[in-house]
Amino acid sequence: MRPQWALTAAERQLLPAGRRRGPTRGLIAIMMFVMVIVAAAGLAIGNAAALLSQATEARYSIQLPGGAGQGDALARAARDLDGVRSARAVPEEEVNETLDRWLGPAAREADLPVPALVEVEFDDNADAKAIETALRSEFADAMLVANRSTIQPLLRSLRALGWVAASLVILVGVAAGAAVVLAARAALAANRDTIDVMHGVGATDEQVVRLFQYRIALDSLVGGALGAGLAALVLLLVSASGLAIAGRMAGQALLFPVDLLMLALLPLGGALLATLVARRAVLVSLRALP
Amino acid sequence: MGTAGVIVSFESVGLRYGTGAEILRDLDFKLVAGGLYFLTGPSGAGKTSLLKLLYLAQRPTRGRISLFGQPLDEVDRNALPGLRRRIGIVYQDFRLIDHLSAFDNVALPLRIAGHAEDDIETATNEMLGWVGLSDRAGARPPTLSGGEQQRVAIARAVIGRPDLLVADEPTGNVDAEMARRLMHLFGALNRLGTTVVIATHDIGLIGETPGATLIRLEKGGIVDPTGGLAHPPVRRGENA
Ligand SMILES: Nc1ncnc2c1ncn2[C@@H]1O[C@H](COP(=O)(O)OP(=O)(O)OP(=O)(O)O)[C@@H](O)[C@H]1O
Ligand SMILES: [Mg+2]
Repeated sequence: MRPQWALTAAERQLLPAGRRRGPTRGLIAIMMFVMVIVAAAGLAIGNAAALLSQATEARYSIQLPGGAGQGDALARAARDLDGVRSARAVPEEEVNETLDRWLGPAAREADLPVPALVEVEFDDNADAKAIETALRSEFADAMLVANRSTIQPLLRSLRALGWVAASLVILVGVAAGAAVVLAARAALAANRDTIDVMHGVGATDEQVVRLFQYRIALDSLVGGALGAGLAALVLLLVSASGLAIAGRMAGQALLFPVDLLMLALLPLGGALLATLVARRAVLVSLRALP
Repeated sequence: MGTAGVIVSFESVGLRYGTGAEILRDLDFKLVAGGLYFLTGPSGAGKTSLLKLLYLAQRPTRGRISLFGQPLDEVDRNALPGLRRRIGIVYQDFRLIDHLSAFDNVALPLRIAGHAEDDIETATNEMLGWVGLSDRAGARPPTLSGGEQQRVAIARAVIGRPDLLVADEPTGNVDAEMARRLMHLFGALNRLGTTVVIATHDIGLIGETPGATLIRLEKGGIVDPTGGLAHPPVRRGENA
């Protein structure tokens, strides 16, 4: 049987074809394009933040101010503690290089107290506080620094960017909704004579709204698919270059299958929403008629 | 007089468009089921406006209208389509849908009412034959003459066998011969039980239709065509 939303051949004739097809589809295509690109960027940023946060989850460094030369001893002590999976003393040369990078070559001449640095990885349920206390019984000045807290500002801005992307998607979605409402009203006005005749012979608002709902559903599906398709192409090109590099740096792709599914659902969900919004707009306008 | 057999009743009905003066005022009359009524009056008297009230394209700004025994001010908007399906309308300006063929224009009421496509085809072809347009079934209204368009409009109005037929100058664009044929169609429909209300300037048409009741409208009020009575006769063939 014919699905309920589909129109009969006779119904399809009632609104003349083509009159307002162009702008609506184009507009929806453009908006869907923007939405998919921004959503993809937002998801990638969110995933990058998650990856970064994960990678630094159990990683800490122990600093011993002025402890140059004590690195190996510090690492041995740390390794013996409960909850420490591994500990590696950062060679002095590396520490000096890092200092050079931060302070310039002049730093060496300044004869600064060079700290000892040990990179440690904890077990999953390790108690950082207890480990620090235990360490301090031997090295009173030792400081435990979570790598996570070092990159916290970066994570924060990444997450903020993610929210900005999400808000942009919603904003463009709202704008698209408004465009659909305007298009629906314009279509209604353009077909007002037909609607009056339909009402005159006893058509219900539901019978009238079906015609418009079908049109908008078609327009937003086609426009949405077009926009999303273009966006997919652009994403593919970009990921072949920049994004892939970023992904390799994180050791992983930045868009997971579930993200791709979400992106693919955008045009479908968009079309559904557009249809519902248009339906509502048409019904409200129809109720104002005699 | 009781309400039995009354299909339309107007009580102190007034109508104004926007904030303008009242176009119709103090309309009090009843139409009897099965009656044949002519509505006459000079141009601008308010004939079309009165018919709009009848076919539910306009709500009165004052007074009360009952249709098929239901007071319209108590009728929910959702119930209007049901009432409208019992009314056939011939608009003064035809209001055919330009992008549909004559056939599809005539078939529209049956399609809206949800009839089967086979029945629709038979009935529509028969109807087009009645108004002499069988060979123009596929033509679009803009390619039809004024008189042909009018006949399409009439076919559309009567195809659903309405209980009430409202026709606004239905013979304004056809020759005398076609006017007579259309009047025969209305007469036949009337004999089948349809109440017919026709607004017309065509005095000859009225004269040729025995048993019809005349309602004369002047400056928005009903006047008795014979000049004597304050209220028009409301029943056909009965001594009030
Ligand atoms: N939609 C409208 N808005 C404002 N005024 C209107 C409207 N429709 C009709 N009128 C006015 O109401 C009056 C009655 O108009 P109506 O069309 O009912 O007259 P009529 O008797 O049908 O005339 P005709 O014989 O020329 O068709 C006229 O003065 C007209 O200008
Ligand atoms: Mg008129």
